[in-house]
Amino acid sequence: MVKLFERNVLDLHNLPAEKTAIEVRDFSLQFGNKPVLKDISMAIPKHQVTALIGQSGCGKSTLISCFNRMNDLVADCQYQGEVLIDGRNIYDQRENVALLRTRVGMVFQRPNPFPMSVYDNVSYGLRLQQEKSRRVLDNTVEQALKDAALWDEVKDRLFDSALTLSGGQQQRMVIARALALKPEILLLDEPTSALDPLTTLYIEELINKIKHQCTVIIVTHNMQQAARVSDYTAFMHQGKLIEFADTDTLFTLPQKKSTEDYITGRYG
Amino acid sequence: MPKFKLNTHISARFNIELENLRNSVLTMGGAIEQQLSDTLIAMRDNNRGLAEKVVFNDLNVNSMEMQIDEECLRIIAKRHPAASDLRMVLTVAKTTTDIERIGDEIERIARMIAKGKLPDSADIIKNMLSIGNHVMEMLRGTLNAFARLDSQAALLMYREDEKIDAEYKNLLSDTVAEMQRNSEKLEDWLEVLWAVRALERVGDRCKNICEYVFYLTQGKDMRHSPMESLQEKLEDLR
Repeated sequence: MVKLFERNVLDLHNLPAEKTAIEVRDFSLQFGNKPVLKDISMAIPKHQVTALIGQSGCGKSTLISCFNRMNDLVADCQYQGEVLIDGRNIYDQRENVALLRTRVGMVFQRPNPFPMSVYDNVSYGLRLQQEKSRRVLDNTVEQALKDAALWDEVKDRLFDSALTLSGGQQQRMVIARALALKPEILLLDEPTSALDPLTTLYIEELINKIKHQCTVIIVTHNMQQAARVSDYTAFMHQGKLIEFADTDTLFTLPQKKSTEDYITGRYG
Repeated sequence: MPKFKLNTHISARFNIELENLRNSVLTMGGAIEQQLSDTLIAMRDNNRGLAEKVVFNDLNVNSMEMQIDEECLRIIAKRHPAASDLRMVLTVAKTTTDIERIGDEIERIARMIAKGKLPDSADIIKNMLSIGNHVMEMLRGTLNAFARLDSQAALLMYREDEKIDAEYKNLLSDTVAEMQRNSEKLEDWLEVLWAVRALERVGDRCKNICEYVFYLTQGKDMRHSPMESLQEKLEDLR
């Protein structure tokens, strides 16, 4: 038979180690007495875009923050279980958290440019790592801005304040700042919720391009965005992972009723 | 009406998906053209082996329909297409259904040839081949109109069905006359009648596809429109 459409879907239940970016094993987390994540196990595939969807308060942002230990900053945060990157538990006491956060970059809902030039913003992480070579810095800034599809718009104003950029440009600059450190994993927490629909599409296109460089995990309230941009989607509800499947299947033939209810707007 | 363009989305992947979707219909159309061509050769040469091959290959056409349907479903679920993109996906889904049905009609004719039930009458076979070649031209023209998203070509092909219907009526009366003369082989002649009818049905399906192409490119539903208003539409396009 003639095969008209090529589709490569990974088996998420038997993902080989070389194709796994993050493995979460029986992970639970609570803030004080309030359980936020309940016994989550999943393997996130490498060099793919994985979306986390679910209602507000379902724990998706908390889960994404676990991947570079941002929750350590929250008082009374307790956890059980493991999060493995390259086979190592990042919650191990010997883990170098600062190094972890260069390997696992993060971009937030609202663009957060530092009050300095575009060049200084993008090269900030490298300078923190004591990189002093002007050539290395120049090349990295140019490449990161190109990867973030921003170079053509800012190449003549690299030394202007980043605060003069538009919202969409600022968000792409923040993504470039994260890419400059060549992260293995990029976490995006609602990266387009403050942007207009067209700029959102540009950022989504950017996400599709950068997945070849790093694994992308995106939290979004916008189900259509998850459908458009991701290869795999996880649906969470009340701190539990309800369903995790390739996006095509999840949005056309979900296995769990609560997933179907949520994506068809029948929830609650 | 904005000019229809497939590959101008911000999302390169969406561009590729729509282009692949359109190409898949053309691949399926190419397969069906080959099926009809083989059937007409099998009819001309009374080649039962070739007719059997056509019957077998219909499974391939059926599989293509299922794959394209699944892809349309996937694109609607994931991309939420709007305006011309939505019309494109709907048109592809409906066109695919009609192409598959054309495949079924062709299979019916091939099955008759494979069973060795071609009519004894050389005149009837000659007329069947004549209508078959006309249908072949219409099918080719229709698929070209789809490939080029050419509403004018679609309207021209749409009007070909009238001529095929006229040829069909003549052939039908000839066939009925032969049936009356050869009443002892009535069962065989019924198969011929079905095959003649199948050829005419291919024309009807092509006409449907022309309607979809017109809807896709012009955003106007021309189904059930009287021929005079179609004439006006054609003149508007010129």
